[in-house]
Amino acid sequence: MTMVLALVEHEEGRLAETSQQALTLARDLADQEDAPLAAVVFEDDDEQVGFELASYGVTELYRVEHDRLDRYAPDARAATVHQLVDEHDPEAVVAPGSDRGHDVLGRAAARLGVPMAANCVEVTAGDGYEVTRHRWGGSLLEHARIDGSPALLSVAQHEVAAEEAEDGGSLTEHSFTPTLADSDLLVGIDRIEESDEEGVPLEEARVVVGGGRGVGGPEDYDKLEELADLLGGTVGASRAAVNEGWRPHDDQVGLTGAKISPDVYIACGISGAVQHMVGCKGAKNILAINTDPEAAIMENGEYAVVGDLHEVVPAITEAIREG
Amino acid sequence: MEALACIKRVPDTGAKIPLTDDQQSIDTTTLGFTVSPHEECAVEEAVQQVETHGGSTTALTLGPEEASEQLYTAIARGADEGVLLEAGDEEWRPTATARAIADAIEELERKFDLLLFGNESADTENYQVGPRVANELDVPCVTGIKDLEVTDGSAVAKREVTGGSEVYEVPLPAVVAVKEGINSPRYPSMRSRMRAKRQELTRMDPERVDGPTFERIRLEAPETDEGAAEVLGEGPEAAPAVVDVLEDIGVL
Ligand SMILES: Cc1cc2nc3c(=O)[nH]c(=O)nc-3n(C[C@H](O)[C@H](O)[C@H](O)COP(=O)(O)OP(=O)(O)OC[C@H]3O[C@@H](n4cnc5c(N)ncnc54)[C@H](O)[C@@H]3O)c2cc1C
Ligand SMILES: Nc1ncnc2c1ncn2[C@@H]1O[C@H](COP(=O)(O)O)[C@@H](O)[C@H]1O
Repeated sequence: MTMVLALVEHEEGRLAETSQQALTLARDLADQEDAPLAAVVFEDDDEQVGFELASYGVTELYRVEHDRLDRYAPDARAATVHQLVDEHDPEAVVAPGSDRGHDVLGRAAARLGVPMAANCVEVTAGDGYEVTRHRWGGSLLEHARIDGSPALLSVAQHEVAAEEAEDGGSLTEHSFTPTLADSDLLVGIDRIEESDEEGVPLEEARVVVGGGRGVGGPEDYDKLEELADLLGGTVGASRAAVNEGWRPHDDQVGLTGAKISPDVYIACGISGAVQHMVGCKGAKNILAINTDPEAAIMENGEYAVVGDLHEVVPAITEAIREG
Repeated sequence: MEALACIKRVPDTGAKIPLTDDQQSIDTTTLGFTVSPHEECAVEEAVQQVETHGGSTTALTLGPEEASEQLYTAIARGADEGVLLEAGDEEWRPTATARAIADAIEELERKFDLLLFGNESADTENYQVGPRVANELDVPCVTGIKDLEVTDGSAVAKREVTGGSEVYEVPLPAVVAVKEGINSPRYPSMRSRMRAKRQELTRMDPERVDGPTFERIRLEAPETDEGAAEVLGEGPEAAPAVVDVLEDIGVL
C-alpha cells in the first residue's frame, strides 16, 4: 500500500471547500487501504496550507516548484501528476470535481492511459475500486468498478461533507520539481479579464425568482424582476426560456447552467425537468407557481401555488408592499 | 478553416429517468433523443467560425445507426458533412471512444484546424473524451470555453471563473471543449431538416480498444426525499399565504 494522492486547490490562500470534500473522500480511501494520504499543491501558498492539509489527515505534502510554473498550465500539472505517479506508484489519485480538477485529471488520465471516474460520491476498496458516481448531474447514480494503477477519481462537488481527521497532525513537506517540456506549457492562462457584471451572482443569491416557458415572453420577466428586487434576490430562467431568447444564458439554472443554493427558489412557469432540478437542488425551499397541479415541480418543491403566474406574481409583490 | 464538432446521441429525458429492469441502461422506449446543449453549441460554433473564415464543418458521432438522426440535425443546423462511427448499441467507454475518434480524424482526409467538443457529455459526464483525443493527436486542448476567437493560425479562448474569465491563446489545430452559453444555436427550419436527410453520411467501422477496466455494475435512480408540495392556495388569493411562508423562511 503506497499512498493515495490528492490534488488540492486554494482560494485566496485557503483550502477550497471542494478540495476539503475531496480530501475527506481521499482520506476514507486511504484508511480503507491502510495507506498514507499525500497531497500535491501547485500554488505558492503560505505556510498555512501545511496546517490545513494536516488537519485533513494529509501526512505527505508535495509542493511543486518550477520556475516556469508561474501561471495555471493544465498540461504542466498533468505532467507533474504523471511524474509523481511514476515515482510513488499511488493506488489512487483523487481530485475535486471542479473545473480545474477535471481539466487536470482528464489530461493526467490520458497521459497515464488509465480510466478516470468523474464525480464520485462513494468509493469502496476491494478488488479494484467500486465507485458510485453521478450521471445526468446526479439525477442518476452509476455503480461501477474501476481498475487501473492508479485509479483516477474526481469527487462530485458538495456531495461529500468535509470532515477534518480525528488524528490529523504531523505532515512532512517535500519539494517536487517536475521535468517540463515546452509543449507542457503551451496551454496556460495568458491573462485574466474581470467581468463588469453587477449585482448578486445567481450562485450566491439568497432569493432566486426563476421564470420558465410559462412566462410567455421577454416582457413579462419585469414582474419577476420586481418581486426579486423586493426580496433582495435575482432572476433566473429555465433553458426553454433561454432558448426562446427571452433571457441570457447567464440566467439559466440547471445541468448546463448555474447551480443555485438560495434560501428560497420561486419557480414560475417551470415544469421541473430533471436537468432543471439538478441546478436548484441546493435550494433550501422551492415554491412553485404553476397552472398545472400535476407538474413535476409540484412534487419536488416544498410549497406550491396553483395559478397563472401573471396574476400570482404581481399579487405577491403587492402583498409584500402592503405588508 | 476545417472545423469538426463531436456530438453524442443521448436520451431526451424529462421529469424522470426510467431505467430498464436489469438496471443497465435508461429505458428509452418512450423517450426521444438529443445531444448535450454543450454539443449543440459546439456545432453552432463550428458553423459560425466557418461562416467567418470559409471552409467546412464536419459533425462526427460514435454511436448506433440511429445516431445518424443527430448528424442530420447537425447538418440542418449548418454542418456540411456528417461522419458516423458505427459502434452498435453498447455504451463505449471514454478511452475507447477517444481512441476511435482520434483514429477517424487521422483517417479522414481533412486537416481539421478546430476540433470542437462538449465540455462533458449529457448522460455519462466523463469530462475526458476531448482531452484524450487531444492527447492521442498531440494537439493543445482547452476546456470549459465560453468565448472563442480565431485569427490566423491561433485561437483565443475564454473560460469563465468567478468574477471574470481566464484567457488562453493556443495555436491551431487545437481541441476546444465548449460550454453552453458560448453562442445561441440556431433552430433548424423544416426545409433544412428535409434537405439534410438527403445527404450522404460517411460511415466508418471503428476499432474498439478498451484498456484497463472501467465497468458499469448498475444504474440507480436516487430517491427524491420529499412528497408533494404544500399547496398554499390557488390564484392571486394565495398571495398572503406566500408572504407568511417568505417570512417564516426569513427572506422577508
Ligand atoms: C442534456 C440536457 C441538459 C439540459 N440542461 C438544462 C438546464 O441547465 N436548465 C434547464 O432549465 N433545462 C435544461 N434542459 C431542458 C429541460 O429538459 C427542459 O426542457 C426545460 O427545463 C423545460 O423548461 P420549462 O420548464 O421552462 O418549460 P416547460 O417544460 O415547457 O414547462 C412550462 C411550465 O409552465 C407552466 N405554465 C404555462 N403557462 C403558465 C402560466 N401562465 N402560469 C404558470 N405556469 C404556467 C406549464 O404548466 C409548465 O409546467 C436540458 C435538457 C437536456 C437534454
Ligand atoms: N460517442 C461519442 N461520439 C462523439 N463524440 C463524443 C462521444 N462521446 C463523447 N463525445 C464528445 O466528448 C465530449 C465529452 O464527453 P465525456 O468525456 O463523455 O463527458 C462530448 O461533449 C462530445 O463532444
